[in-house]
Amino acid sequence: MSLLVELVLLSLSTILVNNFVLVKFLGICPFLGVSKKVETAVGMSLAVTFVMTVASACTYLVQVFLLDALGIGYMQTVAFILVIAVLVQFVEMVIQKFSPSLYNALGIYLPLITTNCAVLGVALLNVQEQYDFIHSVVFGFSGGISFMLAIVLFAGVRERLETSDIPKPLQGFPIALITAGLIAMAFLGFQGLKF
Amino acid sequence: MEIIIPVIVLGVMGLVFGALLGVAAKAFRVEKDERIEQVQELLAGANCGGCGYAGCSAFAEAVVAGKANPSACPSTKKENIHQIAEIMGVSVEDGEKMVAKVLCSGTCDKTSVKYQYDGITDCVAVYRFGGGEKTCLYGCTGYGSCVRACLFDAIHVIDGVAHVDRDKCTGCGACVSTCPKRIIELVPAKQRTFVVCRSKEKGVVIKDICQAGCIGCKICEKNCPKDAIHVVDNIAKIDYDKCVNCGICASKCPRHVIEFKKRGEE
Repeated sequence: MSLLVELVLLSLSTILVNNFVLVKFLGICPFLGVSKKVETAVGMSLAVTFVMTVASACTYLVQVFLLDALGIGYMQTVAFILVIAVLVQFVEMVIQKFSPSLYNALGIYLPLITTNCAVLGVALLNVQEQYDFIHSVVFGFSGGISFMLAIVLFAGVRERLETSDIPKPLQGFPIALITAGLIAMAFLGFQGLKF
Repeated sequence: MEIIIPVIVLGVMGLVFGALLGVAAKAFRVEKDERIEQVQELLAGANCGGCGYAGCSAFAEAVVAGKANPSACPSTKKENIHQIAEIMGVSVEDGEKMVAKVLCSGTCDKTSVKYQYDGITDCVAVYRFGGGEKTCLYGCTGYGSCVRACLFDAIHVIDGVAHVDRDKCTGCGACVSTCPKRIIELVPAKQRTFVVCRSKEKGVVIKDICQAGCIGCKICEKNCPKDAIHVVDNIAKIDYDKCVNCGICASKCPRHVIEFKKRGEE
């Protein structure tokens, strides 16, 4: 199988079959917290995609050239948290300086991602699956896209829930959680897909 | 011995990253006027939009940039406005304090309904069905869109009609623009006399549909010593600049549509 086909299959399976939010249950906090409006959901997921892609690349380099080289691969969780936190801060500063418009669109969401488990998850999964550099980056990017797909779909549903007649005990978060569960069950339909 | 390598590696990583961030913070620093933060701290922080800007931070930026006057914020306390003016070195005039007033007194027992509404609890939604379920086209629907628009918990629906809590109201006007019937109005806070009806229907029609509606009989107009109340389009309207809150119109009104509260009662 050529590399390109392999990468396309990897990203498709990450987005649909192994969706980060709805199947792996990573990044649930922003999924519930920032999904009241489609607009903010898109902003948040763009920021997540961006950080996940860059974080996969950086953590891969750290893993291979630092941790593996010194034989301390077991320190990956701590090291990755450090790398991701610094990375997010750094990216935020750079964006603020060079692209105020992008900063206005993503800026408020960036600090939220520092401790997002989807970002740490993608870094750790890269190591677990023993992906090489290209695979890691593609996996990170499509992980971000899978997050975007889930949160934008969810925000669309929640916007419509706003105006529907919901029984009182279920208003607010209960109905949101039920909706999330139903969407996750819908994504179970992709489980049978075989490439 | 085994523990030393990871400790060193992580320690060095931390140090390098810390240094990197320190350098980056210097290299990529964006000059920001520190007054923006000071001004924002003094503002009410409700993001009510009463000033016409996107929120308190946008308003603070506009104030510092000299594009807006601090007094444009209706929600901030006067002392704070003066402090902001001091920071900015501009003068502010104290505008008259305004509060919202709902001009309808057609409570459930005084009005009738055309049909039973069973849908979204939202005034705009019910307004789309023939102007609302109440028979009066001008009256409060009582579905509380203004209540949800209020950021200060100052407006509540009591017995089918919205009421403003004048102590809590800041006069931001969020409810005024939300009401589909346009029956909420910003009035001077010292005003104590109101015609609590907005109906332009003729008196004959009003008598059938609402016990608390103005019939445009002009008795108030004739009795006003200051020429401050006039009936236009079948509805009495008070000129708040001329009104001295004497309460004569309220006592003469045959329909008890004019609300008058003595000083200290409001």
